[in-house]
Amino acid sequence: MTEVPIVHYLYLAAVLFVIGIFGVLARKNAISVLMGIELMLNAVNINYLAFAKYWGGGNLTGPVFAVFVITIAAAEAAVALAIVISIYRQLKSANVDDAHNLRG
Amino acid sequence: MLEAILFYILAAVLLGMGLLVITRTNPIASALAMVAAFAALAALYALLSASLVAIIQILVYAGGIMVLMIFVIMLLNLHPDDLKPMRAKGWVVVLALTGVWGVVLAPVALIFFPAGSQPPAPLAEGFGGIFSVGEKMFSDYLFPFEMLSLVLLTAIVGALVLSKRKL
Repeated sequence: MTEVPIVHYLYLAAVLFVIGIFGVLARKNAISVLMGIELMLNAVNINYLAFAKYWGGGNLTGPVFAVFVITIAAAEAAVALAIVISIYRQLKSANVDDAHNLRG
Repeated sequence: MLEAILFYILAAVLLGMGLLVITRTNPIASALAMVAAFAALAALYALLSASLVAIIQILVYAGGIMVLMIFVIMLLNLHPDDLKPMRAKGWVVVLALTGVWGVVLAPVALIFFPAGSQPPAPLAEGFGGIFSVGEKMFSDYLFPFEMLSLVLLTAIVGALVLSKRKL
């Protein structure tokens, strides 16, 4: 028996996603921007698992894709942190506003 | 009843920690808040009867990704003067998103998923455990799984190439 309606999970995920977007937009430190992206990915996972439990009818696609999302997040974090280190080495700064060489 | 109480406590902890992650100027403070947020998320996943995902969340996220991030934060050795507080630019987008969610999407979601709706069928024994998820992953989703191993290989090589001073 479940008492929490699925809508509450969806609301929680949406609020978490907006918090993540705010982090990406409002922070200057590149690592904090990355943390905002991780929050957004986790909000997606909440949706996957909530739908798998409430609407899947025993279908396990939701948990499988949640595991895939976590894997992608790990790969993304590794590459992004390598980019942050490389930017810091070039510019002596981890501020995303300082890396504007590609701006037109 | 217990499930509902747990859900609301965990949701409050998760959102509070998420706000802390975003608002702290010190990256170490936000990383620690992030670890707490991941613990709350893992408990939420367990509440959604996805035990494997909950365990992987702790192992990979809290144990792997956050250690990597803290490692890089300490490696960069940023001076406190380099750490700038938040800028106010994002508020417009956040307010717009919140408005769209509150006014348009939330009522629509409530129509599609009314609050009283229950799961159509009771879940099978072992739903979301390592045996059932593993069986699904290695039968129906074998190809995406293999593609993911390629993605991970590319990420390893890419991270090496990017962070190495001279090749």
